[in-house]
Amino acid sequence: MRNSSHPITNKQKVSFTFNGKKYFGYKGDTLASALIANNVKIVGRSFKYHRPRGIFSAGSEEPNALVALGDGPYKEPNTKATNVELFDGLKGSSQNFLGSIDFDLMAINDLLKNFIGAGFYYKTFMWPRRFWEKLYEPIIRRAAGLGKLSLKADPSQYDKGYLHCDFLIIGSGISGLMSALLLAETGSEVLIVEEDFIFGGRLNSERLGINGKQSSIWISRAVKKLKSLKNVRILNRTTVFAAFDHGIFAAIEKKTDHILEKNSKPRQINWKIYTKHCILASGAIERSIAFPQNDRPGIMLAGSVRTYANRFGAHYGQKIAIYTNNDDGWKTADDLKNMGLEIKAVIDTRKEIEAPSSSISSYLGQTITKTYGRKGIKAIKLSSGLKLNVDCLAVSGGWSSNIHLTCHKRGKPVWDNIYKNFLSGDNAQKDNIIPVGAARGIFEIQNIISDTNRVILSLIKTIGLSMPDRITLISSKEQYSCSLDLVSSSNPSNSFIDLQNDVTQKDIELSFKEGFKSVEHLKRYSTLGMATDQGKTSNILGLASMAKLKGMNISEVGTTIFRPPYVPVAISAFAARSRGKDFRPTRLTPSHNVASKRNAVFVETGNWLRAQWFPEKGETFWRQSVDREVIQTRNSVGICDVTTLGKIDIQGKDCSEFLNFVYTNAFAKLPINRVRYGLMLREDGVAYDDGTTARLGENHFIMTTTTANAALVLRNLEFVRQCLLPNLDVHLISTTDSWAQYAVAGPNSRRLLQKIVDKPKDITNQNFPFMACCELTICGGIMARLFRISFSGELAYEIAVPTQYGNSLFDALLSEGEEFNAVPYGTEALGVMRIEKGHVAGNEINGQTSAQNLGLSRMISKKADSIGNILSEREGFNGSNIATLSGFKPVQHSQKLEAGSHLISLGKTPTMENDEGWLSSVAFSPTLGHYIGLGFIESGHTRVGEKVYAVNLLQNKTTEVEIVSPHFVDPEGIKQRG
Amino acid sequence: MKYSGIKVLWEGLRGNMGWKPLWRNPDPKKSYDIIIVGGGGHGLATAYYLAEEFKITNIAVVEKGWLGSGNIGRNTTIIRSNYLLPQNQPFYEFSLKLWENLEQELNYNSMVSQRGVLNIFHSDSQRDAFVRRGNAMLMSGADASLLGVNDLKKMVPFLDFQNSRFPIKGGLWQPRGGTVRHDAVAWGYAKEADSRGVDIIENCEATNFLVKNGRCYGVETTKGVIKSKKVGVCVAGSSSQVMGKIGINLPIESHVLQAFVSEGLKPVIPGVITFGAGHFYVSQSNKGGLVFGGDIDGYNSYAQRGNLPVIEDVCEGGVALMPMIGRARLLRAWGGVMDMSMDGSPIIDKTNIKNLYFNGGWCYGGFKATPASGFCYAHLLATGTSHNDAKDFLFNRFEKGRLIDEKGQGNQPNLH
Amino acid sequence: MLIDHPLLGLRDSSEFIYVGDAKLLNRPNWNSKNSKTKFIDYGYLRKNPAGVHKELWYHEQGDRSWLVVTRNTVTHEILKVELARYLKRKANAK
Repeated sequence: MRNSSHPITNKQKVSFTFNGKKYFGYKGDTLASALIANNVKIVGRSFKYHRPRGIFSAGSEEPNALVALGDGPYKEPNTKATNVELFDGLKGSSQNFLGSIDFDLMAINDLLKNFIGAGFYYKTFMWPRRFWEKLYEPIIRRAAGLGKLSLKADPSQYDKGYLHCDFLIIGSGISGLMSALLLAETGSEVLIVEEDFIFGGRLNSERLGINGKQSSIWISRAVKKLKSLKNVRILNRTTVFAAFDHGIFAAIEKKTDHILEKNSKPRQINWKIYTKHCILASGAIERSIAFPQNDRPGIMLAGSVRTYANRFGAHYGQKIAIYTNNDDGWKTADDLKNMGLEIKAVIDTRKEIEAPSSSISSYLGQTITKTYGRKGIKAIKLSSGLKLNVDCLAVSGGWSSNIHLTCHKRGKPVWDNIYKNFLSGDNAQKDNIIPVGAARGIFEIQNIISDTNRVILSLIKTIGLSMPDRITLISSKEQYSCSLDLVSSSNPSNSFIDLQNDVTQKDIELSFKEGFKSVEHLKRYSTLGMATDQGKTSNILGLASMAKLKGMNISEVGTTIFRPPYVPVAISAFAARSRGKDFRPTRLTPSHNVASKRNAVFVETGNWLRAQWFPEKGETFWRQSVDREVIQTRNSVGICDVTTLGKIDIQGKDCSEFLNFVYTNAFAKLPINRVRYGLMLREDGVAYDDGTTARLGENHFIMTTTTANAALVLRNLEFVRQCLLPNLDVHLISTTDSWAQYAVAGPNSRRLLQKIVDKPKDITNQNFPFMACCELTICGGIMARLFRISFSGELAYEIAVPTQYGNSLFDALLSEGEEFNAVPYGTEALGVMRIEKGHVAGNEINGQTSAQNLGLSRMISKKADSIGNILSEREGFNGSNIATLSGFKPVQHSQKLEAGSHLISLGKTPTMENDEGWLSSVAFSPTLGHYIGLGFIESGHTRVGEKVYAVNLLQNKTTEVEIVSPHFVDPEGIKQRG
Repeated sequence: MKYSGIKVLWEGLRGNMGWKPLWRNPDPKKSYDIIIVGGGGHGLATAYYLAEEFKITNIAVVEKGWLGSGNIGRNTTIIRSNYLLPQNQPFYEFSLKLWENLEQELNYNSMVSQRGVLNIFHSDSQRDAFVRRGNAMLMSGADASLLGVNDLKKMVPFLDFQNSRFPIKGGLWQPRGGTVRHDAVAWGYAKEADSRGVDIIENCEATNFLVKNGRCYGVETTKGVIKSKKVGVCVAGSSSQVMGKIGINLPIESHVLQAFVSEGLKPVIPGVITFGAGHFYVSQSNKGGLVFGGDIDGYNSYAQRGNLPVIEDVCEGGVALMPMIGRARLLRAWGGVMDMSMDGSPIIDKTNIKNLYFNGGWCYGGFKATPASGFCYAHLLATGTSHNDAKDFLFNRFEKGRLIDEKGQGNQPNLH
Repeated sequence: MLIDHPLLGLRDSSEFIYVGDAKLLNRPNWNSKNSKTKFIDYGYLRKNPAGVHKELWYHEQGDRSWLVVTRNTVTHEILKVELARYLKRKANAK
């Protein structure tokens, strides 16, 4: 119901639906307050027993009121109604029920409670063995879980942002605002972050006066002042949810969750906050009390009942009782009475206290032993036997400092026996998280004011900033003391500890009985504190219950620690814009435009997009295009973009010594204007990259790496340069993106290049032989580099120009090449030709193969040290039976080969013991007219001519293959030298 | 105590008054035949198989914290045997076979759920590698099949087939892979080891080894000196710390691996799915939470917690692979300390101190190995020789250059 | 984490590549006695302390400096950051 004189009723009226029914609320409501005002009591069903549940709290600690918001792909399950800002057109619905929310068929579980308590599933469902996956588990899985995902891609946009400050203040309650005002005075950069959509924190829930006026007046003045300061930024609707190392915090800001029309603005922003100091003004969270049937709709935390009454003018019914073990419960009684509601009783578990209010009927030293009303509380029964009819029961088990964030770096909370509360441990201080106010275990407003002044001023003094004046505030006086009466003495199987996970006091007892006594065992066995609220309102009850069973104090029982995030955060918010096509950046090659115009099919190679093949009219199957590209290249000339290969420019007096060390083979004697193939090992002796390095001058080399390892090779070269040989004069820079580079391959490649090379440069075989290189100009003055190297085995070159000329050069080569029937070829044809030639690539140099496996052991120079040299001498690298690179062809030429097939001697069965090797790369060779493959087989070099099985059990194929030389085409290398 | 549906019914009817602790809480005896240092999954499994298979029951398991407080209590619960290398594949397949009978053997329902493990691939060379691996699996008697895009569209229609940066080209599917309720594994082994006479001693930290003339004859603990004929260390995560007490440097670095769980949701993810173009894998627990993770944070750490970049990286992978999980919320993050070995594979071996044995270096594959690791370690402790399926998990493989490098990353632990 | 780069100031750790124990700076001489044993120790064996650890970080998304970071592996507190090349040159000069 709504108190019609409450100021919220002057605000804009908004309509919303819940479970299909239309309701009205006001701007400034939460979904929870609007539901209370509309007297909606059953909001959800509990996880296990499907008991009807209502709204329990007024914040992110809510265990019960989980709803689905929105529909279609926007559907957002498991949303806490207490955190949802009401807007016109909001659609909410209950979840976790079968049938309807009022008549949930799954509520049968509630009757079986005795049989399905904590851990029952560990003891049964084991027979017959096959029935677990087939029968029991599917039933359990369907019954478990809470909300439903839409199964549609999340349509919203999310952003990431970075904020830097000197002081991050979490919370804008009185201690947060005071801290901000004090720290702002020092001229420091201050960021205040408030989870709620309004500032002021708990003050909004209280009728406290500040400086003789309503606290809201002080709040709005403080916020106005802070907003006016240039060194202060203040964010609402933003929750700091995690603390990381070195002052890095993560926060989520809700940008458009409270608006129906999103106007393509981001839904949420994931802020990364870098701060020198963090002031934790996160307040406190009220806890419940375990007593029989303490979970009925209409049973709520007392402080929350007060929030709904004071801030929203909303309440359930007219007859309210309060059940408390501390002074705070009485404040709820006062405030409700002041609203004109009937306070049926305050039941205080403490006997020795003096009732603070004589005008309220109070029952001291009593407990509640029973409640009535399955779908909404109707009555309570006291330990004296007295039965009272009520519409709402407000429960207070005392307050717990909200120290969640101080646990994220595994800070262990410490018990404060005065206020019966866990405080942040010492290491929170070390990590610069400084709690103030209720988060520091100070619960009375007059003390919060003086303590916050003291803490912040002493911090400012310690840091050495200019000292501001202390803030003088005159407030009402509060008094708070608390007992630890949290545990029920009767009917434990109906006394709920963790409302969301349906953990009862009986479950705690069972855990104890079965030996799950340590807090971590208790949590894991009973599931206490593992629900979406992380047990914010219930953990202390569980600990108190275990302490009672063990005959110990809570401090001796210990505590589990909270884990990030403080509130659950949408997975999309962490991904932000890195999704879909933007999951990773896309790198385009210089010839991309020309290739696109020629209808190239592109393939992802790392982050690069490369042309895979260039289909021509009439070609419907990829092999047609690839075979044509190979044949045309081998018969005339083909052009392929190889820009993606890593290029590292190496200069300095000591380059050659440096290269001798990073490659297994020697480079010092490489003449200027010559290229050499090099192999690189890791220090463990395994091959990891290969490529060619060209010498352009005495002190100038250009190294190429594989596409995949471009960054890794540079990293390793820098390691050698800085960490192993820092006295050498060597300088490195990656030029991969600076030069466009094309392979021009085939018997007509020289003739084609001669057309564009500027005179008088002579590239005849005599003056520019195989493995020559030079700097030159082409096309009338364009700077270029030419390398006579061949991956295809043909007479071939690679030509490089500054990237901005790349697209034009590719075009020029093709148009100049028309007379030769020049063809652009993609990565597939490139791959086919390198397999035909027997060149290794990533499938062979896969990080598991050595120079010896690759048949390149003679490339390891023993004249000088090099990376990996020594460890490649180990016995495992050098046995006579190690697998070596070989060629394979099907005995029946019509048969296809499959990469990944294993190699087995004829007559043997395909088992692990008989495994002798594998096919690493296969291709159809249009040159030879049948499939060929590269692979590794034990002692391969001595077995040429032998026939073995290529076994592919996965696709149920066994092919007889012959071991041959890996060089299928032109093994003598006549063509490439021609 | 024998568990059954009847027992649950009977206890339910009489108010659940008859349940007993799963394991005793004994004080340590003066001496044992074997002391296992480390009361995690592997240590408890070792004790169980020593008692069950090798009939050695005069055993103590000493655990510095609470039973199961190591990585058995903080992992993503996946079991599978989809390994490539001949040194690994038979071992993990042996483990999977032990998992398949575990509940009946331990009379404890650890919810071994073989809903399958699916590795998605995105390129031809990835496919080639998976074909090679799938064939290795079949050759060692495991199960595997190769799925094409159309199979995947039927099986996991919620993957991003339309708009993904790296196209989905197929998957390697192991139907017998799945998940297990991890804590229950520790509890089940503890219960059955205890019932065979093994003393499980919690809150008892081994502070040093008793060594004389190159022989180990017991451990010093926070509960006093305990002697034994053999000592088996089994403390993955703390291996370097424990072995460092007697000056042994290991080929191991400790790294933090984070894992995440979402809020509870009605079933959407059928089995385990891994992304091949980023760091992300996911399954859904029986409670409904999406359990997911990715790569290790990548720096040495004993902090049992991680940092933000990895959380973002994992979520990016998740939303890229299956954008329908975007509005599900990440509920909890936690971190475990991994023994990252130098070639990515474990060690189950003797040490150069007689009667002192070592089991560790599990990287982040330790959970699925639990039964076979326990079995093979028990074999080594009982017989002095390696079990055939773990015969290559030796210290000397680094010296000999017989590395077991499943990922081909070399001596760089944070890349395994 | 934040790494206080000696040349660039505080940088987010996500800009760096971590490689591990700074003992990798001390590569054995290849033709010394027992060089194989030394290389095995260098390549594979680690102290792996729970506490202060000297380790190598490479500023790949930055200026490509290799840094020696002294960091506590239990608290993640960073105690010192040095340029590897300066340290190595200093050691070489001895």
